[in-house]
Amino acid sequence: MACIEAHGLRKVFGSITALDGIDLRLETGRILGIIGPNGAGKTTVLNAMLGLTSYEGELRVLGRNPWTERDRLMCDVCYMADIAVLPRWIRTSQLLDYAAGVHPRFNRAKAEGFLARTAVRREGRVREFSKGMVTQLHLALVMAMDAKLLVLDEPTLGLDILFRKQFYDTLLTDYFDQTRTIVVTTHQVEELQHVLTDLMFLDRGRIVLACSMEEFESRFVEVTVRPEHLEAARALKPVQQRQVFGRDVILFDGVARDHAATLGEARTPGIADVFVALVGSRPGAPRNEGAPR
Amino acid sequence: MSTESNLAASALDAEMSLPAQVSEMRRLYWTLRRELWESRSIYMAPVGVSAVFLIGFAIRAASLPERMRVAATLLDPTRRHAGIALPYDIAAGLLMLTGMVIATFYCLDALYGERRDRSILFWKSLPVSDLTTVLTKAAIPLVVMPLFIFAVTFVTQLIMLLLSSAVLAGSGQSPAMLWSHLSFFRMSLLLLYHLLTIHALWHAPLYAWLLLVSAWARRAPLLWAFLPPIALCYLEKIAFNSTHLLSLLEYRLQGGMEALTVEGTFPMDPMTHLTPVRFVSTPGLWIGLAITAAFLGAAVRLRRYRGPIGY
Repeated sequence: MACIEAHGLRKVFGSITALDGIDLRLETGRILGIIGPNGAGKTTVLNAMLGLTSYEGELRVLGRNPWTERDRLMCDVCYMADIAVLPRWIRTSQLLDYAAGVHPRFNRAKAEGFLARTAVRREGRVREFSKGMVTQLHLALVMAMDAKLLVLDEPTLGLDILFRKQFYDTLLTDYFDQTRTIVVTTHQVEELQHVLTDLMFLDRGRIVLACSMEEFESRFVEVTVRPEHLEAARALKPVQQRQVFGRDVILFDGVARDHAATLGEARTPGIADVFVALVGSRPGAPRNEGAPR
Repeated sequence: MSTESNLAASALDAEMSLPAQVSEMRRLYWTLRRELWESRSIYMAPVGVSAVFLIGFAIRAASLPERMRVAATLLDPTRRHAGIALPYDIAAGLLMLTGMVIATFYCLDALYGERRDRSILFWKSLPVSDLTTVLTKAAIPLVVMPLFIFAVTFVTQLIMLLLSSAVLAGSGQSPAMLWSHLSFFRMSLLLLYHLLTIHALWHAPLYAWLLLVSAWARRAPLLWAFLPPIALCYLEKIAFNSTHLLSLLEYRLQGGMEALTVEGTFPMDPMTHLTPVRFVSTPGLWIGLAITAAFLGAAVRLRRYRGPIGY
């Protein structure tokens, strides 16, 4: 059974089509990054998976319909968003009590063990904590809930680089294994390049690119082309050509690495560069921000 | 892969696929506790009002022996009773009023506040259904508040009675008249009956309306809860020169007196008799409860559809 399976997922808000036919199949044990500009529909996809929004089309998460079975699904799914959603009035101890009270697999000792390594105080309230501490507290809850699927929506927005690094390190070492799946959206793509196993570019409700990271690395190659090979490089129909320090950097899709290396210095491009090449060049870009999420 | 690790993997699978072991009652209990953590005014306000009232009562207790002597000279037993029981009735009335005000503001914020501060995203990421959440929130004005107001009133009146008895005994008077006129146990029973019939059952649709508005409004739930009914009453008056809606609302706010024999008297009056059979056979009660169920059902549905405000 796939962890997430979607066919023709659509969502319309009034006159705005937030999702326009998304097909997706994600197996257990993968880490999927959903990348897209603001208003691309990233959060809408996540909300549909979490049973927070209705949708058209077919969607199964861990074999369940998220819209009709949200409460049962949430025994196996955890969710963290960029916006600090932990209620500001609650105390750490109350949060642990409540999670232990309503969640069937919450491991309180595990959460407390994790919090002992942080500055989060037991009797403190969320509103007294820094943004980083709130994230640590939420992460402690998530890890102790032993979820099969973890959904992260811009989890590290507004955190400094040390916190961000620690956040992903903790997830990978203390949480992630072959029985779990993570779906993450973020703007800080570079930091995730070596964490992700799967990648999806979303733009205006449609999938622009969906592939595994292995495919990504074999498909895309970036070459700093030597001037004498420029014409030959252009003949290979590059996806994008740009100038860096006066040198031509050309991005190819589907050109063999060995062949590309004859034109100049070849390497695997960054996700952000491929994203800009594929999404930034589409007609209509750049688009308005602030569409409904 | 070796057989051993296969076994380990399947054992892990079995462990992972264990069904949810948390009963609905347990979820209700913890969700109720969460409400009390968040809205501390539910219990702080009545206790505060009670404390202030008791301080005032204690100051006035100095003149109690004199007042009791005056009361003893009154021949009319009803007036004598009224003179003695008045402070107890005031205490009960004040606490009931506090309970209603707190419950009103609680309901208006219950399903609105979590959307405004976006914590609804966190609550919805836990395995608690919208039905459980809304029922818990409805239980605050309909169950928790009446019982808590009863408990606080009971303790307050008991302290008043003991304090009065001590003052009377100290001044050489017997507290016997006080006790015989108050019949404390009966007074408490009447209070509990009144709270459960009127404040919980009869007023239920009012609180359900507030919860519905709280689940629906994008801003200013207080205005949305009160202005439309007032405007409709006004429009009805202008358009048809009638007051059906107004009298309907008045009936809901002041009605339910079928629960007692003596209409228009204070429920703690000793002449009052309980008529629960007449109360439960009042159509207005059942119509009100049906409306309550409809409003709460709509609130459950709204909570499912409505996300955080502004998103």
